[in-house]
Amino acid sequence: MIPGAFTYHRPKSIDEAAALLTSLGEEARPLAGGHSLIPMMKLRMATPEHLVDLAGIPELKGVCQNGGDIIIGAMTTQAELIASELLAAQVPILRETSLVIADPQIRYCGTLGGNVANGDPGNDMPAVMMTLDARYTIVGEKGRRVIPSREFYQGAYYTALEPGEFLVSVTIPALPDGHGFAYEKMKRKVGDYATAAAAVVLTKKDGVIATCALALTNVGDTALFAEEAAQILIGSRLDAASLARAAAAAEAIAAPATDGRGTAAYRTSIAGVMVARAVRRAFERA
Amino acid sequence: MSKIQKMHVTMTVNGETVEGLVEPRTLLIHFIREHLLLTGAHIGCDTGHCGACTLDIDGKSVKSCTMFAVQAEGSSIVTIEGLAAPDGTLHALQEGFRMMHGLQCGYCTPGMILRAHRLLIENPNPTEAEIRFGISGNLCRCTGYQNIVRAIQYAAAKLNGTQFQEAAE
Amino acid sequence: MNDLTPTKEQREARLEGMGCKRKRVEDIRFTQGKGNYVDDIKLPGMLFGDFVRSTYAHARIKRIDTSKAKALPGVRAVLTADDLKPLNLHYMPTLAGDVAAVLADEKVLFQNQEVAFVVADDRYIAADAIELVEVEYEELEPLTNPFKAMDADAPLLREDIKGKMEGAHGPRKHYNHIFNWQVGDREAADDIFASAPVKTKDTYWYHRTHPSPLETCQSLASYDKVTGHLTIYGTFQAPHVVRTVVSMLSGIPESKVHVIAPDIGGGFGNKVGVYPGYVCSIVASIVLGKPVKWVEDRMENLSTTSFARDYHMTTELASTQDGKILGMRCYVLADHGAFDACADPTKWPAGFMNICTGSYGIPVAHLEVDGVYTNKASGGVAYRCSFRVTEAVYAIERAVEVLAQKLGMDSADLRLKNFIRREQFPYKSALGWEYDSGDYHLAMNKAMEAVGYRQLRAEQAEKRAAFQRGETREVMGIGVSFFTEIVGAGPSKNCDILGVGMFDSCEIRIHPTGSAIARMGTKSQGQGHETTYAQIVATELGIPADQIQVEEGNTDTAPYGLGTYGSRSTPVAGAAIAMASRKIRAKMQMIAAHLLEVHHNDLDWDIDGYQVKGLPEKRIGVKEIAWAAYHQPIPNLEPGLEAVNYYDPPNMTYPFGAYFCVMDIDVDTGAAKVRRFYALDDCGTRINPMIIEGQVHGGLTEAFAVAMGQEIRYDAAGNVMGASFMDFFVPTAVETPHWETDFTVTPSPHHPIGAKGVGESPHVGGVPCFSNAVNDALSFCGSVHIDMPHDAWRIWEAAEKLGLHKAA
Repeated sequence: MIPGAFTYHRPKSIDEAAALLTSLGEEARPLAGGHSLIPMMKLRMATPEHLVDLAGIPELKGVCQNGGDIIIGAMTTQAELIASELLAAQVPILRETSLVIADPQIRYCGTLGGNVANGDPGNDMPAVMMTLDARYTIVGEKGRRVIPSREFYQGAYYTALEPGEFLVSVTIPALPDGHGFAYEKMKRKVGDYATAAAAVVLTKKDGVIATCALALTNVGDTALFAEEAAQILIGSRLDAASLARAAAAAEAIAAPATDGRGTAAYRTSIAGVMVARAVRRAFERA
Repeated sequence: MSKIQKMHVTMTVNGETVEGLVEPRTLLIHFIREHLLLTGAHIGCDTGHCGACTLDIDGKSVKSCTMFAVQAEGSSIVTIEGLAAPDGTLHALQEGFRMMHGLQCGYCTPGMILRAHRLLIENPNPTEAEIRFGISGNLCRCTGYQNIVRAIQYAAAKLNGTQFQEAAE
Repeated sequence: MNDLTPTKEQREARLEGMGCKRKRVEDIRFTQGKGNYVDDIKLPGMLFGDFVRSTYAHARIKRIDTSKAKALPGVRAVLTADDLKPLNLHYMPTLAGDVAAVLADEKVLFQNQEVAFVVADDRYIAADAIELVEVEYEELEPLTNPFKAMDADAPLLREDIKGKMEGAHGPRKHYNHIFNWQVGDREAADDIFASAPVKTKDTYWYHRTHPSPLETCQSLASYDKVTGHLTIYGTFQAPHVVRTVVSMLSGIPESKVHVIAPDIGGGFGNKVGVYPGYVCSIVASIVLGKPVKWVEDRMENLSTTSFARDYHMTTELASTQDGKILGMRCYVLADHGAFDACADPTKWPAGFMNICTGSYGIPVAHLEVDGVYTNKASGGVAYRCSFRVTEAVYAIERAVEVLAQKLGMDSADLRLKNFIRREQFPYKSALGWEYDSGDYHLAMNKAMEAVGYRQLRAEQAEKRAAFQRGETREVMGIGVSFFTEIVGAGPSKNCDILGVGMFDSCEIRIHPTGSAIARMGTKSQGQGHETTYAQIVATELGIPADQIQVEEGNTDTAPYGLGTYGSRSTPVAGAAIAMASRKIRAKMQMIAAHLLEVHHNDLDWDIDGYQVKGLPEKRIGVKEIAWAAYHQPIPNLEPGLEAVNYYDPPNMTYPFGAYFCVMDIDVDTGAAKVRRFYALDDCGTRINPMIIEGQVHGGLTEAFAVAMGQEIRYDAAGNVMGASFMDFFVPTAVETPHWETDFTVTPSPHHPIGAKGVGESPHVGGVPCFSNAVNDALSFCGSVHIDMPHDAWRIWEAAEKLGLHKAA
């Protein structure tokens, strides 16, 4: 498996990258960790004429706190997310999720930006970003703009990014102290995409769920924000009936394809099971 | 295809500076194997799943079939050929894999050992579960992993200067 | 003697002979990245070949335009079937007596079939050039369901043999039919079934999978136009057979064909056959006069070179009310894909499927197999098993479970009741085999004791009650399997490959200073032959193993042999080593007698030398004998010390074992977790326990993969699904269970050292054990049989059909 030929660019700043991607237009692709793009190129399912490698841009890396917000550079790797003490303390769901993405080698290279921005419905971070209500800072010809994660995904490999635009950073608003969280992922083996997965972030007050955000991975053309399921849970003490209703509401929005992971009916049912298990675990943690 | 200019790359491999002229699309594994003739790392799956091509690059375990040589510009790489001491003394992992029968056909072994090398640097005393998780990016079709786990435990003990206790069956 | 004279034990230990856990000599190079695999070899001026492959499963080729590819700088040649036809190489013979297309001739018969071969200066240019070859197809109706292959209106697949109604194994019933094979006494079996009080009948599908060694298939051919010599490096489990076939096809004398199998990165049956890539690299090298390398990628490997299994086995047992098995009938529909390219001994169209009466004294049996063509890749190779043995063992071990369930009897007890008893060996089975030796009751009882079988059943009963009370969503399965393998093919009276008898060989040469080289007709792919073969020589000849070099895979130096597959290396080549050693020892005895000035009948062999009977101090060591053999004239003996043996075994060997698996299944997700796996193997005499344990671990892991999800699927249009390591289930260290190993020793009575072979047993016994665990877990809910692969979604679907999700 050999990729087609391309011209390689390695800009040193965000502005330089933006100018390159704008001028090269649709023939160019930004290169982050490369672990989604390069296999596609080797299969010749992607044949960009130009690759703009973002690895030489220091501003795209790192995790910091600004007021209550956590800001993560797009080129921050999953291994760095796992190692970050700030994230462990403030947004622990990112560590839990990163650990079930791909395998150790790929986590050294795979980036948060690549995971959230390439639009693959199999990627794990988009659902997590939706539950966190994260915002994406994007740069392009027209300068910078911010898009909420819940409005970013439009279809398989189809996002709000315009040609020439790329993701600079992800901003996660402050989470309440003592929130509960979980990412439950059913997969066939290490390295696989989810058969179905569920992300949940919730808070409890006096034993009752006060806030809840839920999203699903790989059971539709995009990650799915499960608003109704979350609403059902808010105000409950996590009794069996409301949990079952929430799982059913999640299943109702799931529309997975039949593939090697199972039939559509199976994967839909697993989406419900993952929701129930994620919520239970998050509830215990809150 | 030939209209695209080749690029000059320089990197440090096993402590020596090497350079070459490559097409941008040249995969790092091909640069290492075919330009530098370091054939220890192998290609097993072509899609980033098997880890036979694993190299240690700037302190990370990397699947070199999913990386272009130009991306490795300026980096420092260790391959299996660079793991033994300059006097030829085998690394504890190389010894452990032999002592514990941690390999059979040998095809995954260079990648497996290099991955274990980084794992033990990051976690000198891993549990069995941590070892299994830590090498889960490397496929082996021969051993069933059980003796690879023991090999890594053997090496960890040797590197830590402690006694290796074989787990009772 | 003095204090420094080594004791008997010290001398024996120094040899590192049979029975010791000798560390592997191979590992010294492999752990340092100094293995030498085909793709590591770089010859001056070497070119690379790559294939244009079919998009469709079944289509007529209207036109192939290679002009744009040929115009690409760096492209040296583009071969199509039309280029091979004048050489009569567009088809090649298969091991099963059929022919297979090298490059598609007028039609393509499966997706990814080889259509054109591009040769270029490097693999990047070759990859670009295959994109430039234009092929125009006319789609034809695909045939993917083997049950419809022989329908009156089924599409005709093999136009090349349309009118040839006499196949390699007898008459063909239909244009998509390959063979019908029957063994046993049909009438007697029918009589038993007409009157038996208890009968079971189920169809078990052993799905299509693939051996997928980590190194794919590859070759490098180098033809020297000046000398006429052809050198071929390749991933060959049977290098001599490749030499013979190449010579026959090319017309180059066998003496000028040199086949080298360097280190091989796993084989598991994938590297026995001859593939279009090998042939095309050879043809291209002959045409261009330059070395040409061909390296498969993983998708090509999984979707084209030799699948395994795809047997639909309708299996019936008849028994008494108290569980005495009276008879067996088995009908198999075998999906062979587009060509019959099974790697079985030529006279055995369904391999050794007739070992399907298993470990039981079944008095009457009948087996019938029909092979059919479909629009899928060809193969049917023995993936870590001896020629369809894993299929046979799966059929009987599922059937025994189903019978136990019907009788309301414990399945281990049913096995104990029906085992062939120790005193019945050698045992002649109803389907024609003579089992050499066994003590099945001893093995089974030891295994049941070790796992605490009765307690496990008690625990299972409690868990089932808890499940029914709604207290848990987990069900527990106990998998039992007891297998008898048939390996070591084989006696050339009934086993040959294209007319070449399946003997194997060893040539041993003792050097004047006492070290030695052994050259073999087999070829290790990870089994550690360099280590274990030396151990046999060490024990037989008293030379320390570390002074014995073992060489394989070089047809210019090794004696002719049939290679390594079907667990035949130890049973056949291992015997050849012992027999060659014994020839040398006989000569050493004559030399020792001369040196010690006694009659040779007055000498005893003693570990590493000869001693005079009754005078242990009067002895002479192998080293001195070797020196004398070369440098001291001995009356009536020619100088030198070497021997060759071609060993044609008198019978197969029959390793066996008892396996137990404890599994917990989450009925809501279908996820299965192996809590415990215990494997007791009896492979006769044990040469290196460390390597045996490693082989068992590896075989069990492959069995786990196959049973629990490893599959090559096709959709209705004949598109191959999931042919990459994303989808094709190769477990990582995280999914792989922990293995417990154990053994008994029942030597083979006809083998010179009593060894039976072990590499494939864990796979053969493991697959039914996992499957039985899954089936056992759900049997209390009324389930009788669930087909493999048991991936989570299929287990969930079975639970769904049983109504187990309603309460959730």
